[in-house]
Amino acid sequence: MSGRSHDGMTDDVLEPRPTAGDTPAVEVAELAKRYPKAPVESLAGVSFQVRDGEVFGFLGPNGAGKSTTIGILTTRIRPTRGRALVAGVDVVADPVGARRVLGVVPQQNNLDRSLSVRQNLLFHASYHGVPADARQRRADALLEQFGLADRPDGRPDDFSGGQIQRMMIARALMHAPSVLFLDEPSTGLDPAARLFLWEKVAELKASGTTVVITTHDMDEAATLSDRVAIIDHGTLLALDTPSALVRGMAGERTLDCTVEPGGDAGDGAGSLLADIGGLTGVRETEQLEDPTVNGWRVRIHVEGEPAPFVAPVAQAVSAAGARLTDVRLGEPNLEDVFIHLTGRALR
Amino acid sequence: MTTTRPDAAAGPGALDRLPSWGPWRTGLAILRRDLFVTLREFPIFLAQVTLQPLFLLFVFGKVLTELGYARPDYQLVLFPGLVALAAVLTGLQSTALPLVIEFSYSNEIEDRLLAPLPIGAVAVEKVVFAAMRAFVAAAVMFPLGVWILGSIPWQASTFPAVLAMTVLGCLLGAAMGLILGTYVPPNRINVTFALVLTPLIFTGSSQYPWPSLSHLRWFQVVSACNPMTYVSEGLRGLMSPSIPHIQTWVCFVVAILALVVLMVIGMIGFIRRALG
Repeated sequence: MSGRSHDGMTDDVLEPRPTAGDTPAVEVAELAKRYPKAPVESLAGVSFQVRDGEVFGFLGPNGAGKSTTIGILTTRIRPTRGRALVAGVDVVADPVGARRVLGVVPQQNNLDRSLSVRQNLLFHASYHGVPADARQRRADALLEQFGLADRPDGRPDDFSGGQIQRMMIARALMHAPSVLFLDEPSTGLDPAARLFLWEKVAELKASGTTVVITTHDMDEAATLSDRVAIIDHGTLLALDTPSALVRGMAGERTLDCTVEPGGDAGDGAGSLLADIGGLTGVRETEQLEDPTVNGWRVRIHVEGEPAPFVAPVAQAVSAAGARLTDVRLGEPNLEDVFIHLTGRALR
Repeated sequence: MTTTRPDAAAGPGALDRLPSWGPWRTGLAILRRDLFVTLREFPIFLAQVTLQPLFLLFVFGKVLTELGYARPDYQLVLFPGLVALAAVLTGLQSTALPLVIEFSYSNEIEDRLLAPLPIGAVAVEKVVFAAMRAFVAAAVMFPLGVWILGSIPWQASTFPAVLAMTVLGCLLGAAMGLILGTYVPPNRINVTFALVLTPLIFTGSSQYPWPSLSHLRWFQVVSACNPMTYVSEGLRGLMSPSIPHIQTWVCFVVAILALVVLMVIGMIGFIRRALG
């Protein structure tokens, strides 16, 4: 949190509208969405609550229902059934009221290209009824905070992807929303821009803004979120703190192997998995779908320390005429939780 | 936590929102943004909306009559028709094109759809703003007409009615543009513009008086289906009463009905487009 002044003005910039008492920041009950002509529901009755002031991560592959959920919560998609409240405001019954208390940073650049960076912030605030003098102060402070103060009069088209994103976050904060929705914020960002983003999210949390963030990045979910909801095929599979989710996998020590099949491996990894499964101490074997890997990705769940299993596994692999190209001894992480729940790798 | 949380309503910089702030003020703020952007480039905007009517006036009203290919009183037919054309066409283009771009490529409209006002009000703002642009285009026709034609058909007594009919034409065009901009997929907009604009321009009774088409019955029927015909005819009746024209009250009634129907269709399209 370096470089921030404490003159009260900067604090004000991050000051969200307080929600009444113990109202959850987001409350969702049996929320479902079926798009016209779609054979199945994109969101199949999801329920959860986001606590006031927390960073809530939505983790799932593309098409899992993350964006549909965010779309409903931000009043842009009408649910087929269920209830959704943001800061106590029903997004279906009172979308106008809901838009007052929420801020949205979309995946794609939707800045006003006819306006300068500063004007983008100012006009956004004017739509939300922020008085003129407060608008100016907040715009200056947010531009400063998001590292945009050196080119306030530039047009959005002249900036990099990371800067565009910062502009969109600064703009969304202009009306001091109670809940800020960030949809896939780090997609397409370089590592430095991603770190800057993470830092800003941490600052927002420190200032008391509730942040709901969707991602398909395990690191991002684990680093930023107080709690993570894992969602797939429109269903909520798990919801807890990252560490609790991982703890649930305790005792699950694994050996992750990448295997290059031999010439006569026409039957797939099946017989190899059976061979390895026959080793003493091996609980379970599974083949993971992972398009980024050439060959097979095999996960072996073992009892106790995984290291002693490397040699027998390697033997089994070469006995099957295949070649072991990579071995990782795994402490479980969020990715394992995801794989455990869905049966496949996320990326 | 390194920051303290001051009482939201306290400190000098605290965000003290106007309690009286309602959706209509948000709508005005959005309109103010559109006006700000347009006024900043006012000369370009003016060139954009006046060039076509300028040439139409010059070639049809001046060149053809001076060469003797058109009767001198053709100006009486043409001028009110061109005011109608400028109003309807500018209105249409001022909603259709920006909507197509904002919904598909730039997503710019999202910030307004996320502003605290009903979605339908965003569509109304688009139509009102487009009608304002169209009104400038129609109003510019008057000095242009005086300059190019020497004089224009004009009666002080009908001025309020002319004003009302012109505004109606601007809104009609903008409502047509709302329909085009929301129902036509972005990859089809070029084709649609070609297929819609040309017939619209030439069946709107802008260059001919509708009653005199009785010998060309099918074209008269086609023209009667174009809402612009009632704006052209209405203005003609008010400005050049000696030329045969559809009765003014009929023009007003049909134009208002058409506006209501087009707005309803356009709003449905807009809301469908804006909400998933």
